[in-house]
Amino acid sequence: MGLKSKDLLGMKQLTPEEIMEILDTAKTMKLVISSANKKTSHLQGKSVVTLFYENSTRTRLSFELASKYMGSASANISATGSSVAKGESLLDTARTIDSMGTDIIIMRHPQSGAPHSIADKLKASIVNAGDGMNEHPTQALLDMLTMYERFDKFEGKNIAICGDIYHSRVVRSNAIGLAKLGAKVSVYGPRTMMPIGIEKMGVRVASSVEDCVKDADAVMGLRVQLERMKSSLFPSVAEYAKFYAITPEALKLAKPDAFLMHPGPCNHGVELPTAVYDCEQSVINEQVTNGVAVRMAVLYLLMARRNNL
Amino acid sequence: MKTIIKNCRVFNSDKSVIYIDDGRFADEFSENEADEVIDAKGATVLPGLVDMHVHFREPGYEYKETIATGSAAAAKGGFTSVCTMPNTFPVCDNAAVVSGILKKAEQAGLVRVYPIGAAGKGLESEELAEIGLMKEAGIVAVSNDGKPIATSGFMRKVLEYSADFDIPVLNHEEDPTISGGAMNEGEVSTSIGIRGCPTAAEDIMIARDIILSEYLNIPVHICHVSTKGGLRMIREAKARGVKVTCETCPHYFTLTDSSCENYDTNFKMHPPLRSEEDRLAVIEAIKDGTVDCIVTDHAPHHQDDKEVEFSHALNGIVGLESSFALCYTYLVKPGIITMERLMDLMCYNPSSILKLGRGGMDKGDDADLTLMDLENEFVFEKDKMLTKGRNTPFDGWKLYGETMLTMMKGKKTYEKLC
Repeated sequence: MGLKSKDLLGMKQLTPEEIMEILDTAKTMKLVISSANKKTSHLQGKSVVTLFYENSTRTRLSFELASKYMGSASANISATGSSVAKGESLLDTARTIDSMGTDIIIMRHPQSGAPHSIADKLKASIVNAGDGMNEHPTQALLDMLTMYERFDKFEGKNIAICGDIYHSRVVRSNAIGLAKLGAKVSVYGPRTMMPIGIEKMGVRVASSVEDCVKDADAVMGLRVQLERMKSSLFPSVAEYAKFYAITPEALKLAKPDAFLMHPGPCNHGVELPTAVYDCEQSVINEQVTNGVAVRMAVLYLLMARRNNL
Repeated sequence: MKTIIKNCRVFNSDKSVIYIDDGRFADEFSENEADEVIDAKGATVLPGLVDMHVHFREPGYEYKETIATGSAAAAKGGFTSVCTMPNTFPVCDNAAVVSGILKKAEQAGLVRVYPIGAAGKGLESEELAEIGLMKEAGIVAVSNDGKPIATSGFMRKVLEYSADFDIPVLNHEEDPTISGGAMNEGEVSTSIGIRGCPTAAEDIMIARDIILSEYLNIPVHICHVSTKGGLRMIREAKARGVKVTCETCPHYFTLTDSSCENYDTNFKMHPPLRSEEDRLAVIEAIKDGTVDCIVTDHAPHHQDDKEVEFSHALNGIVGLESSFALCYTYLVKPGIITMERLMDLMCYNPSSILKLGRGGMDKGDDADLTLMDLENEFVFEKDKMLTKGRNTPFDGWKLYGETMLTMMKGKKTYEKLC
């Protein structure tokens, strides 16, 4: 039991068996979250530090609660208010945290590959909580848990993802993870936000929102990163909402029991009309709960590996 | 000072002994007259290599490399002549900096250093640098290397004004409005989430420079070509008589962008490592004569500039000490090109494009030479390099073509300790 690698850097590094083990463990952990006494001893005597170079609400809080529910000592560092603001290098900061006896460092960083560049140099396990445009593995795992609770198996299932594909680490991790389990991923978004060669990752590039969503078992909207507006990847919010949003009409083209996901935060009225966000098929709030469960599972399995060594 | 090198093979000759008198190749004399007799043990004497594209970092970035350490690395690589790019601090855009570089190079005394001046003041594409005065001080070309000449209008001015002084123009080809990534744009960059730099960025500017060269009938030299499309345009332009020449680097025919998958910054440079299709096109262009020169783009960096996030890491790798062995192992040994062609690429062509007058091995010519062991495999090790940089992607590679000895004007500049 446990993960093969010291670190969780991305879905690229996980085997299908490891993914299933995380999802099955997360189902158990979810029982803890819904129980009256949210306390286990899985991480008792362990220390977990979150090191965030980018803003976050869900990811950071869910990692923090996950580690606390399991009894670890946990602490948080952000880029502002630490020596990072004094110009300390990533490696020096990470080594400093490592030297304090930290077992797991959960890291978010705006540069792709940042956790990869330090993982081999540290004793602590590194969990990638999002690196640039590369991966966000625990987001994909919580998305997959949300699907797993509704599917008997991933094989042959159609997953539609619409939005800013180019900048999205959520898409990359989902595409890699879902492909490993045999699901079929379709993506759609403005051509200016579609990276060259994405089909080589095993996804289908759709020709419209409707084409993407048609016959889908699960539909995922992505946040329009409005900060990208100044680079003119699309002309206006109004135009985006008209041509690229997942409308109620488009959603009807999905399978009858399909459900709607969004990693959050959502720009209401841009990528999703509020009516869609709140619709019956929406499982967005359940994704948040699953985020805590999946992160509990990941932290636990990383430590279980260590105990096995 | 009289020196004999015996038991050698001599490039393009059936001789097995070389005689050097007072720094020049000489007629036969007896071993008794010689001050030193070197036993080459069957190694091959080649003309001293010429690298028309290196970065020696001095003045300004001596923590990365100095003219002295860069010169030592060049000598170890078999080079007797190098051309240094002007992106120093201060920029080599005036005669005073040119003179300073030449003075340091003379003090080091290990390689002939030919400075390249900036085309625009401060490497900007705004005002012409003092190209005439820099030529008097000793530059052999102008370039804004690292910062491409951004506009067609300024490129035209640089070509025209440099032509007045018979100074070649070398351009780094990359349209900044479509570039800006940290590696080649393609399936690998998409997979690992790194912003890409498309081949189109290089191709667009190569097209522009060919058009300007043809229109003005002024030569242009294209730096470190890495793309299939760029090479195709250069091939076509040469065929219709455009005065375009170009260079490539060993990493473009030995590596591809798939090496970047683990975010190892020793595989990060500009232009970036391209696809397998481009790599094969580079080999084809070396073979068919489209490529005129192989250069290193030797770009030493301190570990502090490289042991950082991939997108933050500075561009460039060192190359002087691995270049010949990579070319020999991957081009000559498998029979893709002959040793004669390799010497065109690594000596005669760069010397001719920049009018350096190097490469002669006849009586009376300066005894610039290198002695290469072509028979025995060796392991290229980064910790044995003489450059200050450790940023090589070739650490641990098994290669043929180890330098045994290098001489500049008959003086030993490198000798392998046996």
